[in-house]
Amino acid sequence: MITNYIKIAWKVLMRHPVYTFITLFGISLTLTVLMVLTSFLDHLLGPHYPETKRDRSLYIMQMALRDPAKQGQSSGPMSFRFLTDNVKSLKTPERATICTFVNSSNAYVGSQKIKLNTKFTDADFWRVMDFTFIDGKPYTEQNIANGDYVVVINDDLRNQYFGRGDESVVGKPIEIENIRYRVIGVVKGSPFTRPFSYADVYFPYTTPKSNYQESGIRGNYISIILAKKRADIPAVQAEFQQRMDQIPLPITYYGAKYTTLELNAETYTNNFLRPVLARNTGLRTILFGIIAFVLFMLLGLPTINLVNVNVSRIMERASEIGIRKAFGASVKTLVWQFIIENIFITFIGGVIALVLTGFVIHFINQSGWIAYADLTINLSVFLISLLVCLLFGFLSGVVPALRMSKLSIADALKA
Amino acid sequence: MIKLTNIEKVYRTSSIETLALNTINLHVAAGEFLSIMGPSGCGKSTLMNLMGLLDTPSNGTVEIAGRVVTQYRDKELAQLRNQQIGFIFQSFHLINDLSVLDNVEIPLLYRKGDPAGASRRVLAKEALEKVGLSNRMSHFPGQLSGGQKQRVAIARAIVGNPAIVLADEPTGNLDSVMGNEIMNILQQLNTDGSTIVMVTHDEAMARKTHRLVRLFDGSMVGDSVLRNERVVE
Repeated sequence: MITNYIKIAWKVLMRHPVYTFITLFGISLTLTVLMVLTSFLDHLLGPHYPETKRDRSLYIMQMALRDPAKQGQSSGPMSFRFLTDNVKSLKTPERATICTFVNSSNAYVGSQKIKLNTKFTDADFWRVMDFTFIDGKPYTEQNIANGDYVVVINDDLRNQYFGRGDESVVGKPIEIENIRYRVIGVVKGSPFTRPFSYADVYFPYTTPKSNYQESGIRGNYISIILAKKRADIPAVQAEFQQRMDQIPLPITYYGAKYTTLELNAETYTNNFLRPVLARNTGLRTILFGIIAFVLFMLLGLPTINLVNVNVSRIMERASEIGIRKAFGASVKTLVWQFIIENIFITFIGGVIALVLTGFVIHFINQSGWIAYADLTINLSVFLISLLVCLLFGFLSGVVPALRMSKLSIADALKA
Repeated sequence: MIKLTNIEKVYRTSSIETLALNTINLHVAAGEFLSIMGPSGCGKSTLMNLMGLLDTPSNGTVEIAGRVVTQYRDKELAQLRNQQIGFIFQSFHLINDLSVLDNVEIPLLYRKGDPAGASRRVLAKEALEKVGLSNRMSHFPGQLSGGQKQRVAIARAIVGNPAIVLADEPTGNLDSVMGNEIMNILQQLNTDGSTIVMVTHDEAMARKTHRLVRLFDGSMVGDSVLRNERVVE
């Protein structure tokens, strides 16, 4: 039966090449946009180099101190000491790293300035992240304890500062902000879309300008906790929350007293969404409104367009509908026939879209718009695309099929 | 086999009401070959549609193979049509995008307990052999003559072995030679046990059936037995 439907669908496609081109163009363009978008979201949120352990990581990025009585608030990253006391000592995780977010700095090659993104980290950073060392090795607890002026740089900076070549740069000096460091390792770079790992230069936190000795609760540091396994995440969160509940209040910071402290260990996506979603303002409505609008534009409008094309195509086949009904096809069977046909056509569009997406992704990766971009069509992107194809085919097939089912057999046969 | 009781069919639009059939009482016995004649617009095709469960009456009851179908829903009507009735149309109504074999298979696709693909092929080939078209199975309707198309339509009508074959002017679009060929096939089907109801404008064709019903302006105005050879229920 399905072979029969697909045969018909193929013949119908071949019957009107212009219609077919418009239909397939609409489907494949829409699906290409969706697939590229999915791939980009996967690039942003999925566990990719060097943050391959993201699925069992928790992020502590921003603390909020509040004083509801005076409507005062102070928010931002934490001090190194606060995180050492309250995160490093947790029992349930495998380990935790403390590092800064992204800072900026400069280096010079002759008179040419190189703008640098820098990060101060502890030694556990290299265990929580999964960097590939092209040359050398990461700094250790010993380097940190010794206060060694060592750095890990990425391959892009190596090429800019030392020039391209096979020669090892480990042990060579690099001068940043008039301070001389020794290169201890070179890593394959991480894209700037992964801000927890991205930097051109990684310093041990005991090197100058790290401000790790700040005594207050707030500072420049964030933390990433690595659970032993994904299932441990709730337990780690619970232990961290318990630790937060034990912090005595009020907290005095820069002369102001704060009666509440909000700090959460969140999964990667929630870490960014929580500040928006947790607040009882119109932001949440706006966010969902934008998402709904984008989805409607991407999926809804092409679906409506396809519905219209399909309605006219199906009505053209009134005689066939009459014949099938006369020989025993029920309305339900015919509705399924048209939905299956439509899904088949959508899948052809999906295959074209997959090829187009491959080209677009290759182009984005090679263009240099995003340094170290590694967009891919991996299994999750492919499965989501497949699901979108099914949904798209189903939605655009149901309305014409229902419309067709209302045709009386006698009228259909007269058509 | 087919029993129509007090059948009325009214077509309504917002301003006009047309009585297409008026108090039709007709009983077609199993094995009978009945023809329906009448001028254009007298309700022949409407009557045929009601017998074939392609339309519903405004009043009265339709009984097919002992089952009153008044309360039947779409799915049940579809199944009854599939199991009991085969249709032959004046304009053939073949699906041009499908091969002859695929066209003939159509009724089997919707059969309850859907025969497997290979069995469907065998049954469709047998039906085409019966109408002498086994050498045109992979052709498409556009590659056939009118007579050949009608033979494909007959094969499609009989492939599911229905008890009733309804033929709406089956020779209307054919020349007399082709028309006679088709009539011979229908007579053979009747001899093999099928109940056949045929709408025709051709008196000579009607004379070859067992019984002739005449319609005029939506009413039955004649019912004559032509040859007393029918198989009685």
